[in-house]
Amino acid sequence: MDLFHNLAIGFATAAQPANLLYAFLGCLLGTLIGVLPGLGPLATIAMLLPITYALQPDAALIMLAGIYYGAQYGGSTTAIVVNLPGESSSVVTTIDGYQMAKQGRAGVALATAAIGSFFAGCVATLALAALAGPLTATALLFGPKEFFALMILGLILASVLSSGPFIEGIGMVVLGMLLSLVGTDLNSGSQRFAFGIPQLFDGLDFVPLAMGIFGFAEIVKNLEQDDKLSLVTQKITNLFPTREDFRRMVPAMLRGTTLGTLLGVLPGGGAVLSSFASYTLEKKLSRHPEEFGKGAIEGVAGPESANNAGAQTSFIPLLTLGVPSNVVMALMVGAMNIHNIHPGPEVMTKNPTLFWGLIASMWVGNLMLLILNLPLVGLWVKLLTIPYRYLFPAIMVFCSIGVYSINSGTFEVYEAALFCVFGYVLIKLQLPAAPLLLGLVLGPAIEENFRRAMVLSRGDATVLLTSPLSASLLAAAVIAIILIMLPTIRARREEALQE
Amino acid sequence: MKGLAIRNHRAFASGALFLAFAIFFFVTALQYPAGTAAKMGPGYFPRLLAIVLAAIGLVVMFGAMTPAAGRESLRKWDLKGLAWITGSVILFGALLFPLGLVGALFVLIMVSSRASPEFTWTGALANASVLIVLCLAVFVHGLGLPLPVWPSVLN
Repeated sequence: MDLFHNLAIGFATAAQPANLLYAFLGCLLGTLIGVLPGLGPLATIAMLLPITYALQPDAALIMLAGIYYGAQYGGSTTAIVVNLPGESSSVVTTIDGYQMAKQGRAGVALATAAIGSFFAGCVATLALAALAGPLTATALLFGPKEFFALMILGLILASVLSSGPFIEGIGMVVLGMLLSLVGTDLNSGSQRFAFGIPQLFDGLDFVPLAMGIFGFAEIVKNLEQDDKLSLVTQKITNLFPTREDFRRMVPAMLRGTTLGTLLGVLPGGGAVLSSFASYTLEKKLSRHPEEFGKGAIEGVAGPESANNAGAQTSFIPLLTLGVPSNVVMALMVGAMNIHNIHPGPEVMTKNPTLFWGLIASMWVGNLMLLILNLPLVGLWVKLLTIPYRYLFPAIMVFCSIGVYSINSGTFEVYEAALFCVFGYVLIKLQLPAAPLLLGLVLGPAIEENFRRAMVLSRGDATVLLTSPLSASLLAAAVIAIILIMLPTIRARREEALQE
Repeated sequence: MKGLAIRNHRAFASGALFLAFAIFFFVTALQYPAGTAAKMGPGYFPRLLAIVLAAIGLVVMFGAMTPAAGRESLRKWDLKGLAWITGSVILFGALLFPLGLVGALFVLIMVSSRASPEFTWTGALANASVLIVLCLAVFVHGLGLPLPVWPSVLN
């Protein structure tokens, strides 16, 4: 079997002692930072990115993937223990997880999240391995116009799924694409929007932008809110779910995993959408819907499995098509570019050890999280007792050093300061920053494919609609827009996406 | 017309922000040759995007003025917190080379700590010493990042 052969290559890479160590370090550091309230996977990856600069590409990617899962899991811990989601994909976990903690079942809730995540991780890894081949083969059939249509669809879906009015999300995407045009135009070699500043010739770097908006501006916002954390318990005892707990959580885990695996592949999907969808589904299917919001174990098991499955399968469009489906994946593109890997169909054929090593390390990472987190839960909870006034300067320090070390230059530091102000404006106007970052990352590829498609068709834009593949992708985008305009769906979306 | 008063100030400001960026990019892009659709120059795509963004900005602004728009005001701005945080980052960038990492981090931590309403001198000083030691251990000795540690005069 090809699949097993490929997985064997992957496990041979992932099981090398050095790579195991980096996966372990990634999971540990990711959890460490991800546990801190207000720091989601995005900020965590951005902060820890400099640590991976010096590593080999495969070790760096394995570590980054570990950081991602660690941060994701850390967010769930915060959600359960202090009722504060570390990141948006664990928002729904706060609902029942915190209630369980209040009833003295924090340990059980944490164990449920860990077991659910591990199970979902195993399934999603297999799905990823199985789907990678066929999807890569499809991607090789794509020409410029198909890629253009696919990316447009991804961006539209991402704006549909971001919070706030749809039109404002699209505006942020377009603004991000405009910002991506700063720097050298690859076709003509001329400078655009660089104003003679040499540091801008290579374009706006996304790390200072992400740190400014998601690191610094977020701190200003948190300082304004100044809400007190309410730790429910200092001591976590009794980790093991009872037989009755197992009976209730297993079906929820299965459903959550299926849902997450499917929704994660969707452009614009991923962990956040998966967890919301799973919570809604569990509540609908439950024989005791009245228990939801009062500590129903299904409300933890389902969404936690779903968000982990979604987090993992969202690597599929990135690795096979080269299209990041959400902001975290967009950041991964940036991280890969630093190591001179350009995500897309070629990665699998040109660099099979890296590709399959990354996939296998996802499973390894999930196993490590399970082993790591249950014994260390007490330590993570302790971390939460550090007051924010000591914590945020630490975040400032890590972000500043991280931004500086991108190019060993202070220009990026000033850039991050500028984007801190810009991010603060976005927060005050309640404009979503995630679509901006996606537009920034996808912008150059969209322009490139658009220009190539137009050259091939001699300037005839209707070619986008006459090719069946690009026409159906664009049709899907239009349908998404129409659906979101319908009043009933609009109301339900607002309900589902409000935090 | 009475119906055209700004009802949603938040949305109106957002639309205006889009429009301002669109105009900025469009006007700047006028310097670059546009070419034709079949052979696009560097100015073609930026102009196209700027027009789309301007249209979105106008739609958002008008949406904020329709009678159906929900009333929303602008949120209160806390410029003091923003100034301490942004200022500390700029100072870090400016001081890293003359003062070295230790000095620049000290300034970064002390200045940014002022943004907290619970600021105390002793707390911030203690935090600064712990974080500086940690950074030297992790970034300079552990990861070997090329960072200037001490003031440039000493080298």
